[in-house]
Amino acid sequence: MELLSGADMIARFLQDEGIEYIYGYPGGSVLHIYDALFRQDKVKHILVRHEQAATHMADGYARATGKAGTVLVTSGPGATNTITGIATAFTDSIPMVVLCGQVPSTLIGEDAFQETDMMGVSRPVVKHNLTVRHPSEIPEILKKAYYLAQTGRPGPVVVDIPKDMTTPNERYEYVYPKKVKLRSYNPVVRGHSGQIKKAVDMLLAAKRPVLYAGGGVILGKASDKLVELAQLLGYPVTNTLMGLGGYPATDKQHLGMLGMHGSYEANMAMHHADLIVSIGARFDDRVTNAIDKFCPGARIVHIDIDPASISKTVEVDVPIVGPVDSVLKEMLALIKESKQDPDKNALASWWKNIDEWRACHGGRFVTTDEGIKPQQAVEALYKVTKGNAFVTSDVGQHQMFAAQYYKFDKPNRWINSGGLGTMGFGFPAAMGVKLNFPDDDVVCVTGEGSIQMNIQELSTCKQYDLPVKVLVLNNQSLGMVKQWQDMNYESRHAQSYMESLPDFTKLVEAYGHIGLTVEKLEDLEPTLEKAFAMKDKLVFINVMVDPHEHVYPMQIARGSMKDMWLSKTERT
Amino acid sequence: MRRIISVLLENEPGALSRVVGLFSQRNYNIETLTVAATEDSTLSRMTVTTTGSDKVIEQITKQLNKLIEVVKLVDLTEGTHIERELMLIKLKAAGSQRAEIKRTVDIYRGQIVDVTSSVYTIQLAGNSDKLDAFIQTIGTSCILEVVRSGVSGIARGEKVLSL
Ligand SMILES: Cc1ncc(C[n+]2csc(CCOP(=O)(O)OP(=O)(O)O)c2C)c(N)n1
Ligand SMILES: [Mg+2]
Repeated sequence: MELLSGADMIARFLQDEGIEYIYGYPGGSVLHIYDALFRQDKVKHILVRHEQAATHMADGYARATGKAGTVLVTSGPGATNTITGIATAFTDSIPMVVLCGQVPSTLIGEDAFQETDMMGVSRPVVKHNLTVRHPSEIPEILKKAYYLAQTGRPGPVVVDIPKDMTTPNERYEYVYPKKVKLRSYNPVVRGHSGQIKKAVDMLLAAKRPVLYAGGGVILGKASDKLVELAQLLGYPVTNTLMGLGGYPATDKQHLGMLGMHGSYEANMAMHHADLIVSIGARFDDRVTNAIDKFCPGARIVHIDIDPASISKTVEVDVPIVGPVDSVLKEMLALIKESKQDPDKNALASWWKNIDEWRACHGGRFVTTDEGIKPQQAVEALYKVTKGNAFVTSDVGQHQMFAAQYYKFDKPNRWINSGGLGTMGFGFPAAMGVKLNFPDDDVVCVTGEGSIQMNIQELSTCKQYDLPVKVLVLNNQSLGMVKQWQDMNYESRHAQSYMESLPDFTKLVEAYGHIGLTVEKLEDLEPTLEKAFAMKDKLVFINVMVDPHEHVYPMQIARGSMKDMWLSKTERT
Repeated sequence: MRRIISVLLENEPGALSRVVGLFSQRNYNIETLTVAATEDSTLSRMTVTTTGSDKVIEQITKQLNKLIEVVKLVDLTEGTHIERELMLIKLKAAGSQRAEIKRTVDIYRGQIVDVTSSVYTIQLAGNSDKLDAFIQTIGTSCILEVVRSGVSGIARGEKVLSL
């Protein structure tokens, strides 16, 4: 029997759980834990420069690997600084464990120094939170935290640890709990077979089907099954912003992204479909546009691990609650067994429609002789990285351009804050990915607005040698805000300019990295080539792009899926 | 439509705040809420009455079920059930009013549980409509204080909500 202090139990548990990196920032209430981490060398700690960045690093890691990222912060401001990152993970169902210090249990409730009710503050943005009441509970509580974070519909879990739970000289028995059981938590392991059968019958009978696949395909590691299903039937697939990479973007059956800035063909196909099979997607308002006009002729099958996602916004005909992977597997088996083929003629004419939509508006933008279009910067990035990079992003026009123009053929490579839309996410997320995938190209496509929300992490990158690439599509404005103001407020640009931008090149150099600026189109590709050739350097590429460019297509508010602006002057 | 949702949840600190938080966070109504430990001290039983369309109620039950500490729940209004609410009500009762109040209390099968020369305290149990009706009959002018427990409910017959 081994006796350990609470602090040593935490360090030891992390080792036993196989955690290689944790991201954090020290402070009074976690000093015992930091000391315990210091006295071992298996779990490595990455010291960020702001706690929000620690959560995004953990999140980036989680999105690239499917495993929970781990964060350690102090009580009070350390803990509250993580809230945006926790909420970001929560909205996108990303597994994460956040260990927060707390004032000693004897002081809780007395407004002690750096006391914040983190259980209360985090409650609406976590899958669950747990508090330690006795040091001996630590192993079980931590095991529960990882179990909850990573199973069912994943999400962040906060563990609140009062300082006196980690006192060095109070030792208790430590046993690594291999398993936990919670009588009140039993995520479904397979879908209802009757429902699956119904869905298969509908699939085989469909004349104008669309497979609408979301982030659940990636979280549920069901990409292969989705590809198999789509190819077996020959049906078109569209991905949500969160689902990109879940189906290979270069495949001819892929219609691109759907929704607010989705492709013309994807939104048209959805609107005209007679069957929509939603696979790990949740009918977000950024996808559906006005609910009452959503896909009027379609019957809907909805596969989701979370029963609460079903019929939350759009009423569906056949709900299937279960992990996408196992549901798709069963569907495939049933289709093969049935020896039935989809209606060939109907499908051919459906594809004819789709191809016409594609030809008419295949996501074109107008190039000019002067300057660089932001889309061209993403296309150049795609070319230079051969489509193989991990691409993280922030929020704004650059994010949409990255989503539209970088063709993701593999899951887990496109990493963005789709649900919460957190500016400042992309750079630390890229750091979290790079740390764990040192041999891969990892690039953050960002804007001059977003990057400044966590730019201090350039310092962390120096400390730990994290040679990520940062590609700034610099339009000298909060472009997405400006676009809305152009479209809805007669171009009154209230606070959407980024005046007095820093000299990014000098700034990056001051942090000890390399900064490059691109102003001419002909320099774009060569500069990117040069940047990516510097494998062991953080290179920050500041590309000056057309400040007037808008993202299109753009769905028209309160319209149906097919109501879109296709350029500044044309609409459907 | 009005619904009565019965919830079994882990009897742990914080569990109640999660339920209450869920209602406010998602803009659901709580009309009444009662909670107490059950015969198994690890479990609490909560009764929530709420209103909403079928769609909203479906979301409420699903979101409640998603809370890690919720072990089981049932919408009692889906079947036949018994609901009870307890009211303690303090009334001005002087002179000729006293007999009148006493009669009304008897009609409603209430009990006078405390008496002073000018005040009656009455206990009344029943479904919420009955308590409302009593208040109406008595009239607000003589009411000094009202305290209602909120609804508790249980299914009729063999059906039980337990582990
Ligand atoms: C933390 C946060 N604050 C505000 C917003 C609202 N917002 C969405 S896009 C955007 C502009 C982003 O500007 P930039 O990063 O330069 O990207 P661009 O649109 O110019 O490509 C803003 C302010 C947000 N998404 N996140
Ligand atoms: Mg910008």
